[in-house]
Amino acid sequence: MTSVALRSRAWKLLELVTTPLLPSDYLDLVSPLRAGADLRGRIEAIHPETGDAATVVIKPGRGWRGHVAGQYIRVGIDVDGVRLWRAYSVTSPTSRADGRITITVKAIPDGKVSNHLVRKARPGTVIHLDQATGEFVLPKTRPAKVLFLTAGSGITPAMGMLRDTRLADVVMIHSAPRKQDVIFRNDLHDLVADKALRLLELHTDTDGMLDVARLQDLVPDWAERETWACGPAGLLDAAEEHWARHGVSERLHTERFRPSVVVAGDGGEVTFGKTGKTVEADGATPLLDVGEGAGVLMPSGCRMGICFGCVTPLKSGAVRDLRTGEITEAENGVLVQTCVSAAAGPCELER
Amino acid sequence: MTAIDPTAHLTDEQIEELGRELDAIRDEVIASRGEKDAAYIRKVISVQRRLELTSRGILLFSIFPPAWLIGTAGLSVAKILENMEIGHNVLHGQWDWMRDPKIHSTTWEWDHVSPAEQWKHSHNQLHHTYTNVIGKDNDLGYGIMRVDEDQKWHPMHLGQPLWNFINACFFEYGIAAYDLELGKNLHKRRRNNPEFRARAKAVGRKIRKQVLKDYVIHPLLSGPSFLTTLAATFTANLVRNLWSHSVIMCGHFPEGVAVFERRSIKGETRGQWYLRQMMGSANISGSKAMHIMTGNLSHQIEHHLFPDLPSNRYAEVAVKVKALFEKYELDYVSGPLPKQVFSAWHKVFRLSLPNKKVKQTPKKTEKELVAA
Repeated sequence: MTSVALRSRAWKLLELVTTPLLPSDYLDLVSPLRAGADLRGRIEAIHPETGDAATVVIKPGRGWRGHVAGQYIRVGIDVDGVRLWRAYSVTSPTSRADGRITITVKAIPDGKVSNHLVRKARPGTVIHLDQATGEFVLPKTRPAKVLFLTAGSGITPAMGMLRDTRLADVVMIHSAPRKQDVIFRNDLHDLVADKALRLLELHTDTDGMLDVARLQDLVPDWAERETWACGPAGLLDAAEEHWARHGVSERLHTERFRPSVVVAGDGGEVTFGKTGKTVEADGATPLLDVGEGAGVLMPSGCRMGICFGCVTPLKSGAVRDLRTGEITEAENGVLVQTCVSAAAGPCELER
Repeated sequence: MTAIDPTAHLTDEQIEELGRELDAIRDEVIASRGEKDAAYIRKVISVQRRLELTSRGILLFSIFPPAWLIGTAGLSVAKILENMEIGHNVLHGQWDWMRDPKIHSTTWEWDHVSPAEQWKHSHNQLHHTYTNVIGKDNDLGYGIMRVDEDQKWHPMHLGQPLWNFINACFFEYGIAAYDLELGKNLHKRRRNNPEFRARAKAVGRKIRKQVLKDYVIHPLLSGPSFLTTLAATFTANLVRNLWSHSVIMCGHFPEGVAVFERRSIKGETRGQWYLRQMMGSANISGSKAMHIMTGNLSHQIEHHLFPDLPSNRYAEVAVKVKALFEKYELDYVSGPLPKQVFSAWHKVFRLSLPNKKVKQTPKKTEKELVAA
């Protein structure tokens, strides 16, 4: 018998010992970062970057497979007892000797996770991680000329790349409201002093927003450069249009941070993803009734919100709890009680 | 025994007002649910797992009597915690709001022969929706006992003190049979129903795993302590069964708890539903440790009003609920465990005999709501 087969047989035996739990449920108590565990990380330090941004140093679990500069990870952290997941670019270089990774988080107004990470989280906290992913990376053969077009926290994936790779000819146009809002300002100026970067720093409070049409003046050879752009949707839309107009779209790479623009309304179009049915629902009819009315086989139970027999994954959009008025937005792994929830805008259920 | 409908003095408006006041209590807890509550359940789970591991470890040497005693006591407590404060409450969805897939009603499986999925249906859905409605809530005597004068007497009921004792000893198996509705389904016609067969198979699988773990694997791991470990796990299961049976009997069986007629819940409003939960449940008074060991089912009244609120919050909710009972001049049935257990057993004995042998209960009022 091979050692793999032997180990899997031993594990099966161990499962008999711990049933109905799994051996990992016990191992998680003492070693949450071990090999074979669900991927987690431990926050080791949190360094302030600006008034509202901080870099979080994470020791990833043994299952961490590494990242490519520019990629992001999804982080799951318990805020007020509720596990919430958000994506953040990795800002540490791949070559970091101690195996730690960093993410850099800017607290956005009303952002539950970002404010928690910047202002409340403490070293020692175990967080949940997904493997790094994303196409916003440098190609294997480094381009001769590079342009980074970034704004606000859009600097983070670019910084991940700058720290990881020394590029021959790289220009960065970075916008932030004021000087003190520029994340990594010292690091950027160190790179400039080191002649590793040419930096055009814009402070939008005084200089106004970057007009892409000015690009020709700022970086005359912009069209020859392989460009990575990351920032607010407005900037990226303008960039995509500009690059397209000049017929060089293939040189532009953009990364959009997931816009959290769920506008909770009253009723909306309900899609049942698995059956492919779509119906219009008002803001007072339980989704269970909406589904059954449309001929979708819905799990059901007490029909009054007490038995949890009707919980169904909410894939997108938002729903309102008819008892409390509380809004729940779709997120990975969020289940809603369809018998006491109504559509709060367009939404999709996994049925 | 009350001669009149204990809620007859309430107007429909008052009942709806009571419902709104209870909703407000619920909303308050929901709005304040947070980190402390999450830390509580994680702590209980961690303590329970450590206690179980340690006890099982000690039982490897159960051939030595002190090890047997300590290990058995520890395992009994661990099993009680696992079923009561953790399993029952997680399966109610009390902790679903944390969005932790490992502490969630859709993924949890417990140390019990009834598969979580089946138990959720018979308990969360049927029992909690139709609490104490004769003919709809099988928890009323679990289909093997007569626990109210309004239920028809049958000579079989003469033996119910014995059935109840046997049921207490093997409670988890009783529950599994109950979830399967064995009494109804063992008839020839129903036995071959594919849905029933699938459910029976799931129970069989679960029993096999549980028995293998407790009575084969762990004793084998103990080597020379095989027999003593076997006896220890059997004892721990027995202790857990007797304990949970007692606690659960105290929830709806003691004297002073009302049962309801099938027709009385037609068109029931939210206020009336709340009122039925209030009159149909009974509490156990005691210390904090007592509440934790009963899975906070010592706050059965509060649990029945708000089955999805985190169990650690029932104690604070109870103060407000009790005040409402007083305000609306209703009887809050509560007492220490021995008193409530005695009361429930007393009823089991009393109702094993036909009604004419005991003091006749009064005719039902117009609301068909009768205190048993």
